[in-house]
Amino acid sequence: MQHAVEVKSLTRVFRPKKKKEGDIVTALDSVDLHINTGELFGVLGPNGAGKTTLLKILATLLLPTSGKAYVAGFDVEKDLIEVRKRINMVSGGEISGYGLLTVRENLWMFSQFYGIKSKEAKARIDALLERFGLSNKAKAKVRTLSTGQRQKMNVIRGFVTNPEIVFLDEPTLGLDVNAARAVRDFIIDWIRSDSNRTVLLTTHYMMEADELCDRIAIIDDGRILACDTPDNLKRMVKMNTTLTLSVSGLSEVDGFDSIPGLLSYSSTKKAESSTTELRFVLEDESCVSDIVSKVLSAGSRIISLQKTEPTLEDVFIKLVGRGLE
Amino acid sequence: MAVINDLKVFKDSAWLGWQMEANWTDPFLFMTYSMVKPIAGTLILVLMYIVVTGGETANAYFSYMYVGNAMYMFVAEVLFGVTWVIHDDREHYMTLKQVYIAPMNFYVYILGRSAIKIAITSFGVFITLVFGVMALGVGINLAEVDWLLFSASLIVGLISICILGLALGGISFLTAKHSIGINEGLAGVFYVLSGVVFPITILPTWAQSISRVLPVTYWMEAMRRGLEPAAMRELTSTAGFDVTGMSGVSDMTMMVYLLASVLVFFILSIGVFRFTDYIARKKGKVDWTTAY
Ligand SMILES: Nc1ncnc2c1ncn2[C@@H]1O[C@H](COP(=O)(O)OP(=O)(O)O)[C@@H](O)[C@H]1O
Ligand SMILES: [Mg+2]
Repeated sequence: MQHAVEVKSLTRVFRPKKKKEGDIVTALDSVDLHINTGELFGVLGPNGAGKTTLLKILATLLLPTSGKAYVAGFDVEKDLIEVRKRINMVSGGEISGYGLLTVRENLWMFSQFYGIKSKEAKARIDALLERFGLSNKAKAKVRTLSTGQRQKMNVIRGFVTNPEIVFLDEPTLGLDVNAARAVRDFIIDWIRSDSNRTVLLTTHYMMEADELCDRIAIIDDGRILACDTPDNLKRMVKMNTTLTLSVSGLSEVDGFDSIPGLLSYSSTKKAESSTTELRFVLEDESCVSDIVSKVLSAGSRIISLQKTEPTLEDVFIKLVGRGLE
Repeated sequence: MAVINDLKVFKDSAWLGWQMEANWTDPFLFMTYSMVKPIAGTLILVLMYIVVTGGETANAYFSYMYVGNAMYMFVAEVLFGVTWVIHDDREHYMTLKQVYIAPMNFYVYILGRSAIKIAITSFGVFITLVFGVMALGVGINLAEVDWLLFSASLIVGLISICILGLALGGISFLTAKHSIGINEGLAGVFYVLSGVVFPITILPTWAQSISRVLPVTYWMEAMRRGLEPAAMRELTSTAGFDVTGMSGVSDMTMMVYLLASVLVFFILSIGVFRFTDYIARKKGKVDWTTAY
């Protein structure tokens, strides 16, 4: 099967114009990557990791120093038009737009650059404006929009051309919680509604990558350190899930030893609330129900239950030796 | 198919250009501005002429200068306009990156965006000429105008300048700050060396040889011959020598020359555009702004 994106030992070096302006930066260092059609693929990494550089190369804005990159099977260096027909790109924090056009006209303008039938484009624009809660701004001049509204308009611009592959560079950067939520929900709905669509998004928000992506590549300093599903990545950190229960009316704390998959447990009596806090370290998550039924059959009530799992942050720390932010 | 698409891109980007140019709340104000601006610019030159020569405007030399000056507006506006589109999209609207990655002919987009500027300039040139004839006695006589020569040279010359403008537009990709300077510099060269307001014969011989390879020189001459044949004849007969230094060049030769310049500029501009496009992508300058 042909990959939506294929990258082979891709390297991009930035040389400063003058020596004193700093050293040579290797923004991408022999990156290998393939993204399947239909995938929502994330590139997770801190600022300066090389995420934007990768997307710019794939979007035909920047040439690689060495290596190859193919989008929908076309060489991004040579088959510019074929690549461009199939893609679009949105960068987070993007507030661009023809200020003197209305929001609707501005979006229409871009749809026309992609040869989309005017009527079809207009219907799509209206639906997307509705979806992003911008319908009331359709006839407002772009220059009158707030930064957040402009950003949402640019997200719409990226999708209005119905690309096969869309590149989203930190799409929720700077958006408020609700707007970021709306964008994430939209991305998921968009890709799920057609199996020929592919999304490549970059982010430095661990939660966002975890929540959205089918697969994630963790990038730092121009190198891909790991690439897998979020679950598999988390399995890389040998950190066990812990389950913390707060229970009341527990008379005796034993009998848990016989539960298979449970590594160890401890209990702490909380005198002030007359409850007991039980901490279980699990080897296998399937023992959660055994633990719960054991507690209940001892006649106690569960007041709260909390499970702690390894996060992508832990994965990142394991790989890089420091946190993501 | 590709051609139809190009036409559509041209039409849509021309519409966009129009929205920007006519971004006036009051169309009457816009019209007035479009008329007053070129006339005001011309009056400065007229005033200088009167001060230097002491008055008389209804003579052949004044007509020569006035028409050249009016037609030169095309050169200045086109060379400036094309670069301005790239500058504007890059720095002001910040849309250059998105426009650049769209699957269309960027060339056509820029031409479309500039088209309205050329149309407005044409209007300005027309108004300036009408004003010159009515108020200053510029020697254009409608009955004598060689319409074929005038319109053919106007169109071919304009195409030639537009293509040259595109080549310069490519350079704007790389040098956001200096490109306007490059274009103004080139426009200045044409102004001095192409017989716009004074004949090339007053230039030193070495400069004249440069004049004779610049297409604008022939463009100016051809349009004058078409528009004001009597004034051109009078200019030579009163002076008693070949004032423009071009009397040996036939109308046909000038047309051939203009057509050849279209071809040369076309090849040049494709070359420059490809090269600058490559360099811009290599150095990552497409989405680069001076504020960066
Ligand atoms: N045009 C450029 N010139 C010089 N260095 C650059 C340029 N673009 C990016 N870099 C450098 O390349 C590295 C990767 O940048 P980038 O891809 O923007 O990272 P990210 O998007 O992950 O934050 C950084 O060190 C950055 O400073
Ligand atoms: Mg970035």
